[in-house]
Amino acid sequence: MQILTVTELTTYLREMIDADEIARDVWVEGEVSNFNRHSSGHCYFTLKEGETQLGAACWRSYVARISSMPANGAAILAHGRVAFYEGRGQLQLIVDDIRPAGIGLLQAQFERLKARLEAEGLFDPSRKRALPMLPRRIGVATSPTSAALQDILHILGRRYPLAEVIIAPCQVQGAGSADSVVEALYLLYEADVDVIIVARGGGSAEDLWTFNEESVARAVFASPVPVVSGVGHETDTTMIDYVADLRAPTPSAAAEMVTPDRAELSEVLEYLRERLDQAMTTCLVNAQSDVQALRRRLDMRSPVARIGRDRQFLDELVRRSEVRIGHQIVLEQARLSGIQAQLAALSPKAILDRGYAVVRQPDGRVVTQPAQVASGEVLVVTVRGGNIPVRVE
Amino acid sequence: MTELSAGARYEALYTRIQEIVARLETGDLPLEESLTLYEEGVAVAAACQQLLDEAALRVQRLQGGLLIEE
Repeated sequence: MQILTVTELTTYLREMIDADEIARDVWVEGEVSNFNRHSSGHCYFTLKEGETQLGAACWRSYVARISSMPANGAAILAHGRVAFYEGRGQLQLIVDDIRPAGIGLLQAQFERLKARLEAEGLFDPSRKRALPMLPRRIGVATSPTSAALQDILHILGRRYPLAEVIIAPCQVQGAGSADSVVEALYLLYEADVDVIIVARGGGSAEDLWTFNEESVARAVFASPVPVVSGVGHETDTTMIDYVADLRAPTPSAAAEMVTPDRAELSEVLEYLRERLDQAMTTCLVNAQSDVQALRRRLDMRSPVARIGRDRQFLDELVRRSEVRIGHQIVLEQARLSGIQAQLAALSPKAILDRGYAVVRQPDGRVVTQPAQVASGEVLVVTVRGGNIPVRVE
Repeated sequence: MTELSAGARYEALYTRIQEIVARLETGDLPLEESLTLYEEGVAVAAACQQLLDEAALRVQRLQGGLLIEE
């Protein structure tokens, strides 16, 4: 047992309280009384619950940040730290935030959880995954009897009926709903789906609260495939909206986001068909011009062209021969005329014409010597006019 | 799954038609191969369209660890 001075004990208590995890970051729900705004700007009040009470102080700098300070009798939720005020030996809540109680409590829990999960990296934009272009199996975690499910099935069937849908039924509100949603999600993780929709139709903030639960947020975070959240209406935001890979404003919108539209796919197909035709046409045109080019080259080397060229050469030869032969004929004719003239000049007839005569024996031999003939022999004398038979004396 | 789902078949056909178009568009194929590819492309596109036109959404429900057809 120790004996302490007052100062020693109060210092010990202050240090103990300052070191306490809960006491230095806590939301306290209670009713406001004895509210007093001091001239310094600081506010002092008492938080009551039945017979229990706790003094509270809110410094000027925090007062300026709190949107509306409570009146006496208001049920509030005050955030702050517990401090031991040594001057009076009293505990005090040093308040830095005030919310209305009720939904305020839930909201406050929500924001603290959100800050914690964000710090842990559950909302990290870099880990958001792209949705599959053509989902094969779509998992849907929702209430099996809900209008939200009917909306989703209707839209999936209209947009992309090639997909298969795996419904993981779960309870989406009330006691045990968070566990039910978590179980449905983990069943889907084993069901070989490409993408998951977590959906719930519209409702009050309390109705949607299941999707703010830490266990549900962590289950979504654990998904091996992209998750799209579609909870409530456009204006509602739940914790899983931050964790999901994509947030859809409604269940119907979630169904649209996870599927391509059949009509657009048809248009893309049409476009591919046109490109196919175009490419084939180009191939054919190219092939045709290749053939034409070959044909031209072939024609240049064809025997027909060769024969044509040879024929031309022959024609030329013939023409040249004809010219040559023509000249020769003229020359030969001229020579022939000369020979004829010469012949004519040498002809015996021309000599006879000049008055000479030829004497021949009856057998035709020409008499050129007197000794050839005997007296009384008959000879033939030829003159220009004809033959004269004569007798030698 | 022994038989491919409509979605898986569509995906495979869609990938094929894209390959065919890209291949034909390079324009460096022999004509006969081009024609064969073109004919395949036309058939694949028609099969894709048919799948789109005729598919009906298959819905199953997880119940007691089993998949029950809706």
